[in-house]
Amino acid sequence: MELTLDRLSVTANGTTLLRELSLDVPGGGVVGLVGPNGSGKSTALRCVYRALRPHTGTVRIGGDDLHALPLRDSARRLAALTQENTVDLDFTVRELVALGRTPHNAGNQALSRRERDLCEWAMERMDVARLADRGVLTLSGGERQRVLVARALVQEPSVLVLDEPTNHLDVRHQIQLLSLLRGSGLTVLVVLHDLNLASASCDRLGVLRDGRLVAAGPPTEVLTAELVRDVFGVEATVVTHPVTGDPQLLYALTTHDSGRTTP
Amino acid sequence: MTSTTNTPEDRLPAHDDAPERTEGQHPPPRPAPSWTGLAVGAVGLLVLLAGSVVLAIGLGPSVISPADTARHLWAALTGGTIPASEVTVQQIVWQVRTPRVLLAVVVGAGLSLVGVAIQAMVRNALADPFILGVSSGASVGAVSVSVFGGLAVLGVHAVSAGAFLGALGASALVYLAARSRAGVTPLRLVLTGVALSFGFQAVMSLLIYLAPSGEATSMVLYWTMGSFGAATWSTLPLVAVAVLVAVVVLVRNARRLDVLSLGDETAVSLGIDTHRLRVGLFVLTSVVTGAMVAVSGAIGFVGLVIPHLTRIVVGASHGRVLVIAPLVGAVLMVWADLLARTLVAPRELPLGVITALVGVPVLLTLMRRRGYLFGGR
Repeated sequence: MELTLDRLSVTANGTTLLRELSLDVPGGGVVGLVGPNGSGKSTALRCVYRALRPHTGTVRIGGDDLHALPLRDSARRLAALTQENTVDLDFTVRELVALGRTPHNAGNQALSRRERDLCEWAMERMDVARLADRGVLTLSGGERQRVLVARALVQEPSVLVLDEPTNHLDVRHQIQLLSLLRGSGLTVLVVLHDLNLASASCDRLGVLRDGRLVAAGPPTEVLTAELVRDVFGVEATVVTHPVTGDPQLLYALTTHDSGRTTP
Repeated sequence: MTSTTNTPEDRLPAHDDAPERTEGQHPPPRPAPSWTGLAVGAVGLLVLLAGSVVLAIGLGPSVISPADTARHLWAALTGGTIPASEVTVQQIVWQVRTPRVLLAVVVGAGLSLVGVAIQAMVRNALADPFILGVSSGASVGAVSVSVFGGLAVLGVHAVSAGAFLGALGASALVYLAARSRAGVTPLRLVLTGVALSFGFQAVMSLLIYLAPSGEATSMVLYWTMGSFGAATWSTLPLVAVAVLVAVVVLVRNARRLDVLSLGDETAVSLGIDTHRLRVGLFVLTSVVTGAMVAVSGAIGFVGLVIPHLTRIVVGASHGRVLVIAPLVGAVLMVWADLLARTLVAPRELPLGVITALVGVPVLLTLMRRRGYLFGGR
């Protein structure tokens, strides 16, 4: 299912957070949003998972205006991993994952056999099945993050939107998660901070600065030393990954404003 | 914005899901009770409640055995006849104690229920039914009626009506003051409620200061500590219906409340209209709390503690908590009221004293034993 952001603008308290952002995520494609802190990545995603209504512009999902759909209908098509990593109540992992079925079931309807199997599958995929009976508040940040991804998978969406999904994850689980996204066949829009992981996992990247899209295209075209210097203000050497051929960035800790030493 | 990732996890020097962690460091797995377990628990509590009610009706200045109490209740319910020598006992059982004990059942259940709903609505473990200013608003309403008169057409119910209107007025004020363009956010709601509560208390103090009469002062004690001393058959139906409606509505929305605790943004992404849900909860809890405060004053602690006690035992899922918490609250309240009216008879202790003295140690003990978590470590 295709996801299209069409000239989205968002202002809050007189500040423009997002300016005329247009971005296409083709069906089954993985598109990454990167940019410095405060560049509008999360704002863009919030418009997509409907926590925020853009002041102008539209989000289309499979051709329909997303914000015109009933919330429940859009929740059946699109699942989100937000930055809210906190949960108030000590649900068990199994209970929390099962909440992903909410948009598909009426009221308190019990899960069917198939849905319970689906939950088990998602917990296996995210490597949290052995935690199924643990309270989520006893988990570490990384474990909880994986539980929340499992919850999003159980929603059986066509489009998956993730805001920094690799937060808190150790390197093995980062690689596992991004591989899963690539191989899922879902339409994925993901915000990532790690440019090397973004390069490895995304078909296309959109680069945001001050709420504007300043570059978009395949990682090989977008991730250049000039752009990284320009947008992120760091010097990086771009090399080609010897195995995958993806562009990868190498950083040196000393920056141009010399005199400062790293602790 | 993406820059704000200062969750507690980030501030820790090291992530604790490093591979070397062993299973032994975790608390043992805690499977949620099964549905049959829940049904057994609910039926058990109902039996306990029925027994407590009969026992509590029998106890007081004149002690009536449970068997005699049951016989009198049966006679009153079925219109059966009793010997003329027992008419006084019948009066005590049916006209004095039964409505009082039943009111304790209704209010105990209602406060626990509203406590669960409010804690979910404002996403705060410290929330109780009175956190949004309902009780102090009710006191202002009740004291104004007794000081200035008014609502005289309602006769003996004038003060209760004043309390109810005060409660609703306070809720409406809190809601309007907390509303912003982004809707009503949980923290704003709590802060506004706490702030306005202080305001209402100041108004009440002013009223008492300006009209210094012993009656007004004792009324304040009544409204702030609570009592079922004024219970009659006529006070019962309205509040009972309100609590029953709340049980049905909340249980039907149990899963929505579960989803709300994942955060508003996640809830929206799961298809829940959080704004509408929160407004609905606000109206429901305000009306029910107002109805309860109007007949019994603000009985503290029950609405804060019973939800936590229940979660410690049955887990977090609202489908279970909303069934068990009202029953636990009802049983506790029947006993609290019994203690309040018998411990120092013929005087009566304020109910809030009993609920706090019993509730605090129970909660602290359970928290320490079960490693209870709400909203983080």
